[in-house]
Amino acid sequence: MSTSANTPLPRAALPWALVTPALGWTLLFFVLPFIAMGFSSLTAHEGGGLTASNYSQFFTNPSYWQAMVNSLQVTAIVTAISVLLAYPFAWILAEQVPERWQRLALMLAVLPFWTSYVVRSYSWLLVLAQNGVVNRALTGSGLISEPLQLANTRFATVTGFVHFFVMLLTLTIFANLKQLSPSYRKAAADLGAGPVRTFLHVVLPLTLPGIMVGAFLTFVLCIGDYITPQILGGNNELLMPQLVMMQIGRRGDFPLASALSIILMAVVTIAYLACARWLKIERA
Amino acid sequence: MSAISASRNPLSILKSHLHAACAATALLLGAGSAAQAADLNALIWCDHADPALLQPFEEANGVKVNVKEFEGTGAGLAIVEQSQPGDWDVMVIDSIDVPRGVEKGLFEPLPEDKLPLADLFPQVKMDGSTVVGGKRYGITEKFGYNTIGYNKTKVDPADMQSMAALTGDKYKGKVAIYDYYLPVIGMAALAIGKRTADLTEADLPALKDELLKMKANAKLVGEVTASQTALATGEVDILVGGGEWVTAGLAKENPALDFSIPKEGAVLWSQSLAMFKDSKNKDMALKFIQYIMSPEGQARLATSSCYWGMPANTKAALTDDQKKVLRFDEQPGFLARAQAYPAPNADLDKKMQDMWTEMLQAK
Repeated sequence: MSTSANTPLPRAALPWALVTPALGWTLLFFVLPFIAMGFSSLTAHEGGGLTASNYSQFFTNPSYWQAMVNSLQVTAIVTAISVLLAYPFAWILAEQVPERWQRLALMLAVLPFWTSYVVRSYSWLLVLAQNGVVNRALTGSGLISEPLQLANTRFATVTGFVHFFVMLLTLTIFANLKQLSPSYRKAAADLGAGPVRTFLHVVLPLTLPGIMVGAFLTFVLCIGDYITPQILGGNNELLMPQLVMMQIGRRGDFPLASALSIILMAVVTIAYLACARWLKIERA
Repeated sequence: MSAISASRNPLSILKSHLHAACAATALLLGAGSAAQAADLNALIWCDHADPALLQPFEEANGVKVNVKEFEGTGAGLAIVEQSQPGDWDVMVIDSIDVPRGVEKGLFEPLPEDKLPLADLFPQVKMDGSTVVGGKRYGITEKFGYNTIGYNKTKVDPADMQSMAALTGDKYKGKVAIYDYYLPVIGMAALAIGKRTADLTEADLPALKDELLKMKANAKLVGEVTASQTALATGEVDILVGGGEWVTAGLAKENPALDFSIPKEGAVLWSQSLAMFKDSKNKDMALKFIQYIMSPEGQARLATSSCYWGMPANTKAALTDDQKKVLRFDEQPGFLARAQAYPAPNADLDKKMQDMWTEMLQAK
């Protein structure tokens, strides 16, 4: 072994050595593809020259705008419903389920992640179809006479998304609740606060960072998902990822697809900045 | 713009470097086996991935056929663009898109004397697309119709003899539309009495009106699997754009499914095989094309598990039952009424796709 191999790294170089793998990873799998996509978005599909027309198309074509509006609406609805369902679920899991059963409960909570998006979406399609479980139950029990249009609607898309993301949110909120020291609640009780007041003024504010992180993850995953709206929405309205895919399928218009992807990414970035700013204010 | 002038553009140079980097990753992740020069590497549609089709060829020639599936010519050409020359040997492509590949300098002329061209249905040879500059670059292997697929126990088959049924009130909410803009726009053209080959920008408003009427009746607009599932599960009773490719494969499980070629006609789809100019295994690539075009290969391709379709070769070794399901004997009549996919130039193609987007967004 050479002498140099035994020489310790200079103290100043150590942090860089430690972050180099992460930096390399980010550079290779995020920065370079992002540059490629940004570059592609500024080129013309025919001819290859520089152009801003891919972006101007988005701002001038009402159908493209509508895809963004649809995406934001669906994402907002899914995030809101997921938060409303996940919080009580996480609270029950953290506070009511005995410790020895929590591991099993958590495993059940992550079960949806073990199934592929495609299988899960097609399963929902069969459940919500005209001859599916829901409609059969409703017509069989006499509650309705004609089957409801459940599949191939925004309702179906939202249902599919919520099924998946509510568990993601539950896990983040559960982790936050478990980290909360019991002494906060004891202190609130000592000061005369009841359970509701303690929850509203102590527990909820302290778990908001967990909710926000989970909500942001839901937002990011939902707004960029292609499969669920494609299978469950019946293409009765386009969302941004579907619009991106349309440009690639036959025409191979990667520049326009790149521009639409960058716009989608800009929306996610704005959501992140808003989230980060809000969390910072709360911490202060 | 030609490939040569494109390569002089500094933007294109950077783009090609980036594509090369992406190609390395794509090959590792998706088609690692494409690097094996001794094998045959095929860019295909899902019907070619059926082991029942590939195994006899592999066993007879001692070769492994590595396949990579894609959907849509644009996506297929993008895979080629991001690969190294020689990575691919053969490609399945829409017959009308063969000239796109030739224009990019991708394909090798095929030896006509070594292919069973005389056995093909004359109408599906499509020399206007598969022959470029006097040389044949593609050979039609399978075809069919984007037309009306339906459940004959739920709708009146007599109604299905006219496109008017698609926009009338009788079947409102019972219709699905196949999610590919070109054939369905072609059907809309037939419905309003236009020839698919003659479509211009001036026809777009009338086509849009027709599409919006179809959409108003539709429950969903779905890709292959979703459309097929909707018809099979009874979610809808009619599929606009569906033909034997939807109903034939399901005939055993659901004999009620059928298709019609209405009085206005139908849109002929056809897929071709092409060989890559840079293939490192041209002899085997030709053998593969010959196998696919042989009566046995044609029968296996026509009845592939992914989707059924008419074999281009009239001598395909289909059983009588298979011929019945495909309505083999009726083909001369069907072909006489069929028109080719619309083949718009890039500008009109873009406008058609935007019109399709608008239709999808319509409530």
